[in-house]
Formats: sequence, C-alpha cells, structure tokens
Amino acid sequence: MKTDIKLSGVGGQGILSIATVIGEAATAAGLRLKQAEVHGMSQRGGDVQSDLRLSTDAIHSDLIPLGEADLILSMEPMEALRYLPYLSPSGAVVTASKPFVNIPDYPDETALLEELDALPKVMRMDIDAVARGLQAPRSANMVLLGMAAHHLGILGPDALRQAIRTVFGRKGAKVVEDNLKAFDAGYEGIQ
Amino acid sequence: MTGKRLLLGDEALALGALHAGLSGVYAYPGTPSTEITEFIQGDPLAKERGVRSRWCTNEKTAMEAALGMSYAGKRALVCMKHVGMNVCADAFVNAGITGVNGGIVVVAADDPSMHSSQNEQDSRFYGKFALVPILEPADQQECYDMMAHAFRLSEEVRLPVLVRIVTRLAHSRAAVAVGEAGPQNPLAPDGERGRWVLLPGNARRQYDALVAMQPDLRQRSLASPYNRFEDAGAPLGVIACGIAYNYVREALPDGISVLKVSQYPLPEDRVRELARACGRILVVEDGQPFAEEQVKGLLGPDYPVSGRLDGTLPRTGELNPDNVAKALGRPEGAVHAPAHNLAPRPPQLCQGCGHRDVYTALNQVLADYPEARVFGDIGCYTLGALPPYRAIDSCVDMGASITMAKGAADAGIHPAIAVIGDSTFTHSGMTSLLDAVNDNAAITVILSDNLTTAMTGGQDSAGTHKFEAICLALGVERAHLHVVIPLPKNMEEITRIIREEIEYKGVSVIIPQRECMQTLARKQRQKLANKA
Repeated sequence: MKTDIKLSGVGGQGILSIATVIGEAATAAGLRLKQAEVHGMSQRGGDVQSDLRLSTDAIHSDLIPLGEADLILSMEPMEALRYLPYLSPSGAVVTASKPFVNIPDYPDETALLEELDALPKVMRMDIDAVARGLQAPRSANMVLLGMAAHHLGILGPDALRQAIRTVFGRKGAKVVEDNLKAFDAGYEGIQ
Repeated sequence: MTGKRLLLGDEALALGALHAGLSGVYAYPGTPSTEITEFIQGDPLAKERGVRSRWCTNEKTAMEAALGMSYAGKRALVCMKHVGMNVCADAFVNAGITGVNGGIVVVAADDPSMHSSQNEQDSRFYGKFALVPILEPADQQECYDMMAHAFRLSEEVRLPVLVRIVTRLAHSRAAVAVGEAGPQNPLAPDGERGRWVLLPGNARRQYDALVAMQPDLRQRSLASPYNRFEDAGAPLGVIACGIAYNYVREALPDGISVLKVSQYPLPEDRVRELARACGRILVVEDGQPFAEEQVKGLLGPDYPVSGRLDGTLPRTGELNPDNVAKALGRPEGAVHAPAHNLAPRPPQLCQGCGHRDVYTALNQVLADYPEARVFGDIGCYTLGALPPYRAIDSCVDMGASITMAKGAADAGIHPAIAVIGDSTFTHSGMTSLLDAVNDNAAITVILSDNLTTAMTGGQDSAGTHKFEAICLALGVERAHLHVVIPLPKNMEEITRIIREEIEYKGVSVIIPQRECMQTLARKQRQKLANKA
C-alpha cells in the first residue's frame, strides 16, 4: 500500500512544515518514506513543490512519476493546477482556495476555480480565513492538513494529531494547541 | 546513537563522515551541497570532538586546508556544488599528484536541470581527469554507508576520493540506519617530502605512480559492494549509475539485467559481462554521458549502446522516473493534461530587501545613461535580471562582475558598472578589484552587502564588517569609497553618489549595507522564542 503526495505552494507558505508533520506520522507508524524538495533560489516568492511518498513497501524513486500522485496538497489554487499531470485517475486535489497574487499575469480567478472544480475529486477552502477565525493565523497550513486527512488512507487523523504534538512540542503548548485546533477545523470542515 | 534517522542525502553524508572519524569539514555554501556542512555545524558529536566546521572563503581555500589536515594525518571532508569544482580544480587535481596522508573525501553536488545553477557540468569528469576514485551513491542509505568506505579507500590508495551526488539525492529525505561513531585519526604528519614538493622531478615520479595505480583502482571497482550485477537473463542490459538505479527500478522492478554502478573507474570487466549476457545496452546516468562514452569505446561500434547520446534519453536535464520509463519502453503515465489557467511564478527578491533599493537607485540613474552596462554576479541579486528591474546585463561566474566590467571599460564601454554581493566578493571578487585598481579602470563597483550569504540560506559571510578595510587595502581611494544604507528614504543620497562616481574615471566602490530580511526575521523569531 502506498500514498504519493505532491505538495505545492509559494515560497514561505509553509509546505515544508506539512511535509514534516506527515513525515513524523509516517515514521511513527513504521512506514517507508521518501521526501524530495528543492531548496535555494526557489524559496523567494516563487513556486515551491515537494514530493512525499509513503509506502508499506520499498520506495525506489525519490520523485513521483506522472499520473501516480494520490493527492495534490496545495497552499494555493494555481499551484495545485501546476501539477495536474502528476495526478492519478482516482487522485484528489486538496487546496487553499484563495489565490496568492504576486505576479502580474495571474490567471482570471473565476476561470481558475472553475477549472479546479471540474476535476473529479476536489476540496478547497479559504484556509487563511479559517485560521484567522480561530485566532491562529499562522496555522493555515494545518487547516489544509486537516482537510487532507480524509485522503491520507495510509495515515489516520489521530496519527497526524500526534505528529503535530511531536513536531511543534518544542515551540510550546500554545503553538501545539493552535495547530491542533486548525487541523480539526480543516478535518471537520469538509465532513 | 544507532537506529534509524530521517535524513536528507546531504545530512546522511555528513553523519557518515562524522561516524567515519572526521576531524574537519571545509566548504563554501552552494546549493545543493550546503546542508552537509550545516549538519556538521549543528551536530553534538562534532561539537564534542571539536570537528572544525566554519565556512571557508571559497572552494579552493577549502580544498587546500583539507589537504593540510590530511598532511597532518587526519580525515578531512570538502563539500561544494558542482561549479565549485572549477574553483578548487587546481588544488583538487594536484592533490591527486601529491596523494593524501589522512583520508580526503571531496563531495561535489551536481545540479542537473540547473535548479539553482548556471550549468549542469558533471563532476565525474573531474574525478577521471585527476585519476582518482569516484563514488556515486544511489540513495540516502548509501550516502551514509559510503563515507566510511570512502575514507578507508582514500587512505588505502592514498588518494583523494570524489563523491558525486545530484540535487534529487542531496535534497531528498529517507530513513537511514546509522551505526556507531568510529575513532578519529591521531596527529601523524607525513614525513615523505618528495610526495608533497611538486617540483618537476618529484611530480613526474608521482604522476607515473598515479598512472601505474589505475589497474588497482579498476580492480577495486570490480570488487566494490556498491557495483552490483543483477542478471535476469534478459535481452536488454541496463547500466544504471548512482541515483539512476532508483528510476530504473521504479519503472521495471524486474525483467531486465542491471549493472548498478556506484564506484569508478568504470568496472570494465563487469560491463563486458553484461554485454555478453544481453543483446543491447542502455546507459542511464544523471548529468552528462560520462559512462556512456566509455561503454561505447569499450564495446566498439558494432555493439548497440543507447542512452543520452542517441536521444533514447534526453541529452540535457535531469533524469526522472518518466523519461527513464519511456527509455525502457513503458507508456506515458500522465492522465490529466496540463492545466490552462497557469502562469509561471519565478522567484523574486524578498519584500523589503536592500538589493531592491539598490536596483531602484541604479535604474533611476542609468535612465540618463543609455550606453551604460551593468555586469552582475552570483547571488540573490541575480534576480535583478528579471522584471520589474531588468537591471543587469550579465551573470557568468563567481566574481566575474568586476572583471567583466573592467574588460568592458578597457574596450570603451562607459559607464561600466559591477554589482556583486558581499560573500561573492570575498569568494572571488577581491583579485578582480586589484586588477581594476592596478589598471585604474573606469568602473563603478556596487558591493551590495547584506551581511550574509543569503541565497543559500544565510550562512556567515567571510568579509562581514571588513569590506571598507579590504577595498582600501586593495588600493581603492578613500574619496571614492562610500558606504550607504539602501532604504527608500536615502534614495536621493544614493543616486547622487552613483552619478558622481560614474563621472569619476577610475575605480569607485559603493557599499550599500543593510542586513538580509531573512536573517533579520530569523534572529527576531529566535529572540521571541528565547523570551517565551
């Protein structure tokens, strides 16, 4: 059994924290894991992406082949669309719905969301608004992870909650609390 | 601490080196190699053992210091990105002639597809050029395991060993089984002067010995546990080098005969064995067709060999599971076509970054000088080439801004302006500035100082707080050396100084100095965390 996840967003949005939490949960569950990311120039407001592969069996490639991602998990709607050729026929897209516009030629928002909604399995939410509503504006990425928990067949929500406690533990109880709250809001918001 | 640890390829190399009894790491930051040295800098065992790990000024000083540590009998690691090999080539190639005393492992992190580089040169050519063994790990576990093997090999054959990785291994994480730390070498300087004094008489003898050693190195490749022949009795034989092995096995877990190559010189007898067992060979390697050319030479023109040279695999760009699957005859995997509502999102200078104010000022002044040319350099500020600034006309290699501006000025271009960052200046710009001063070249150098090596994530910069002193010592006149603070409120002062210095027909240096937004934010977060 395997789960291949394409994580995407814009530099600085916190996709690597999502990868760290999923990675921690996977390790604790005894799963195999490979996670490829690109550092360097790409972090400065450009598109960023990470391949996260979880499996009960050996994983060969660090990169996910075209058409094999079970999930595209994105902090930004256009960045979700960027990796569409990687999505498997039964794969899901879980994304923030609010565009992050830092380029002059950003596509028309209505057309973009229509294209997104036409895909077979899509969940999107204004995760920034949800996080602000919880008074935890820096935890938007955990709202997204909560939404994704419905599609991480290989890892249940409790495993992810425990990983949040482990990963953010050293930052103090308040940070853990905020992130758990955000996770639950994302998880329940799409039930 | 034994057990399993989740490590980047870079981190696995670092821990492997520490456990192999490392005494010093010498490196200049460069994507995708930076995390090797950073890991050692933060590791408790390295602290406890006093492993030397501060950043070096450039890759050449790093390689030479490692050679000194090796001379003294201890194990040293040198790390760099692929283009760093060009900078340290003089020391690296001649370390093959002197040989080593304590083991030296040189890690070159190649960047096929140029994720953050200006070319995709393949460092394995440097290893062959210097006639030294090369190791090419396929995964994170091999990164860890191979370091002990590499240091042992280096001391057995008394040569530096090159370890070549690529971006996708350097920056990919997996669980790695780690062992115990072995002892460090004691101080034991080499007494054999004839090896180390490369006067022609000695050098000829050393070079003959190096050439005579090649059959032994080939024998070691044949016996290496990292070169493995997986014979499936299939008509197609695949030679899979380093990380390529993973892509081959992703596409076809069985049903093909595979020669996995992770140690060079190429194990020629094993290649012949594969050729005999199969009817044709596909060479899969990341980077340039290094093994492919050798295999073709070895098997002759009548044996069918495919790879990057005949277009079975793309000639440029990195390997991935898709182009390797295609080369192995698997159907295209994508089911969804690319989206319509897409636009490229290139990286940008951070909001509030001082380089932004530098380019705003420069563009404002140069609007009045249509003949002006701006020679850029390597760093975050290279992004000044993109909109909205479009402010630089060149970016070639570390330090080239000043020397290219000088050459252009020699040819008659005016204004000729160089833009270079603080870390790049100490890496390779100081000698350029001395040339310009000695020729009294009419150039204006903008030394944009953000007090860090920003592009690679904020490592210490070798010249911080020393730039005025360095420029003065190199002969820049006090009257033509200015320090300014790049902020919108100072725009009038900055543009006035740039204008005045453009009109001066000699070397001027303007130092806009303001801390990088990323390192500043990090320090503030740290402060908050310490309070909490």
